Amino acid sequence: MSASKGIPASAPMVRAPAQRSIAGWQRAAIVLLGAAAALAPIWVLDSFPLFQLTMAIIYAVAVLGLNIVTGYSGQISLGHGAFFAVGAYATAILMAHFDWSFWATLPVAALVCAAIGFCIGFPALRLHGLYLALTTFALAVAVPQLLKHRALEGWTGGVQGLFLLKPDPPSWLPLSPDRWMYVVVLVIAALMYLLAWNLIRSRIGRALMATRDHPTAAEAMGMDIASLKTRAFAVSATITGVAGSLSAVAVEYVAPDSFTFFVSITLFVGMVAGGIASILGSLFGGLFVVFVPNIAEAISRSAPGVIYGVILILFLFVMPDGFAGLLRRLWARAFGPRG
Amino acid sequence: MEALAHQIIAGIATGGIYASLALALVMIYQATHHVNFAQGEMATLSTFIALSFIQAGMPYWVAFFATIAVSFLIGVAVERLLMRPVQNAPVLTHVGVFIGLLLIIGNLTGWVFGYTTKMFPTPFESDQPLFGGLVSAHQLGSTAVTLAVLLLVYLFFRHTKLGLAMRAAAYNPRSARLVGIRVGWMLALGWGLAAAIGAVAGMMIAPVVFLDPTMMLGILLYAFAGALLGGIDNPMGAVLGGFAVGVLENLAGAYVVGTELKLTVALIIIIGVLVIRPSGLFGRVVLSRV
Repeated sequence: MSASKGIPASAPMVRAPAQRSIAGWQRAAIVLLGAAAALAPIWVLDSFPLFQLTMAIIYAVAVLGLNIVTGYSGQISLGHGAFFAVGAYATAILMAHFDWSFWATLPVAALVCAAIGFCIGFPALRLHGLYLALTTFALAVAVPQLLKHRALEGWTGGVQGLFLLKPDPPSWLPLSPDRWMYVVVLVIAALMYLLAWNLIRSRIGRALMATRDHPTAAEAMGMDIASLKTRAFAVSATITGVAGSLSAVAVEYVAPDSFTFFVSITLFVGMVAGGIASILGSLFGGLFVVFVPNIAEAISRSAPGVIYGVILILFLFVMPDGFAGLLRRLWARAFGPRG
Repeated sequence: MEALAHQIIAGIATGGIYASLALALVMIYQATHHVNFAQGEMATLSTFIALSFIQAGMPYWVAFFATIAVSFLIGVAVERLLMRPVQNAPVLTHVGVFIGLLLIIGNLTGWVFGYTTKMFPTPFESDQPLFGGLVSAHQLGSTAVTLAVLLLVYLFFRHTKLGLAMRAAAYNPRSARLVGIRVGWMLALGWGLAAAIGAVAGMMIAPVVFLDPTMMLGILLYAFAGALLGGIDNPMGAVLGGFAVGVLENLAGAYVVGTELKLTVALIIIIGVLVIRPSGLFGRVVLSRV
């Protein structure tokens, strides 16, 4: 087996901690400025662009989940739309049938997805590379049929789907539900990104990348590959499931046809375009998959798919590390050490 | 009992289609160790091309062979333009390129030919019921066509020099190159043949499931299942696997899970084979040194 199976050579290797330290007040200033910039759309944007931005952030979370399992752990998944669907349906079923509040459903959706991800992680251990891609592809194609099935119709609402409502903003906040939804999504997304950031920069993250880049060497160093890979699957499924749960309330509707095979492909395209094995890249990926099709749809109904395909191939040919890699190189050229 | 016989015969007829597509997948897999996720979309495109030929006034069989020729060229072009530059790239890149190809071909087909479901003619019509109504003319004809294709492919690989060269290029590219075989072109040829076989599968299934741009997505899944069941590196095995999946799918659809969960049957076969016996029923067990 070659050393770098499944990952372009330009993906970040196991790296030493940052060489340059930033002063505490500088870091605080950056965080504050970032938070202000992220919250600004509430007052600046109209409700439809704000909704799109909300969806973009939700997709960014879903892409982040995919990136952990495919980018960092090297297990190719073409079926992450399934976890997105499970998260969405967990929230929708609990809210529509049991009158739970959205906040209570979120941890349940996360736990359900973690459990399913863990279970799928086991057969995935035996199916590396191509075979895993194939199996998850099959899963993605089969999901809508499963959701429509008559045995589940009482829960899932069958083809009609389920309707739900956005969570109400707290009474002391003068925000409409749409704007409040944006804040909720933003905060949860920030938590997920923080979680992923810490995970990847920890001992576990480095172990994941080591098993991806050279499984034999990693095992010889005493890493438990099976447990690392299944847990990576569980974490990844959890993050994507949380995104699915958020999408259910943001759209206020779930139906089998919203979770076709195309969702999984969308997440995959987002990951490649944003940057494989890049946390920042996942954010770009989310923005990309929401805004690019919107522009493309003006040309033709088929245009988004064609453009996705063209961009996917183009990026893999000329820019395999995505937008994040491009930014990294520009940054290095502008501010990096000379010579 | 007669209903069961009906189901089995219908299963064999569709199984033949899965077998052809599985054979196309295996041909590319053998040569390059890639699984072509866009094989189904390429077949759909071919079928639409055939329909335009027929609508332009060509007789069915002329259109049939013209489509095979065009599909062959498309297959060769795809290998030359898209697959060759990433020959030595990691698996993730290949999967990505295949998915890109699937998106481009699938959506372009919809763009050019429209999304409405279309009828596709069958050349096999019969006035009186065959074998007491047990089998339709199209089922019989399409199975015959499938078997003819399989026989031709077998003869080509076993008894022609070019077939031998292609097998050599797939089996051991370096040694093949040393004895003067142009390995790159053999791969392109393999892609062309796979596309041509896929085109036949498309034209044979279209009268049954009707023609629309997403026609092949489910069928590709059964072809995957068939190829894996028979062993993805064994063409004969993949063909048998395709027939077996056709029968299995029909019986499960009729007696066990109902028609709505047929795709799940394919998923379960895929997972089952990969987990229990990854080399398939007739495949070689691959051992790798570390």
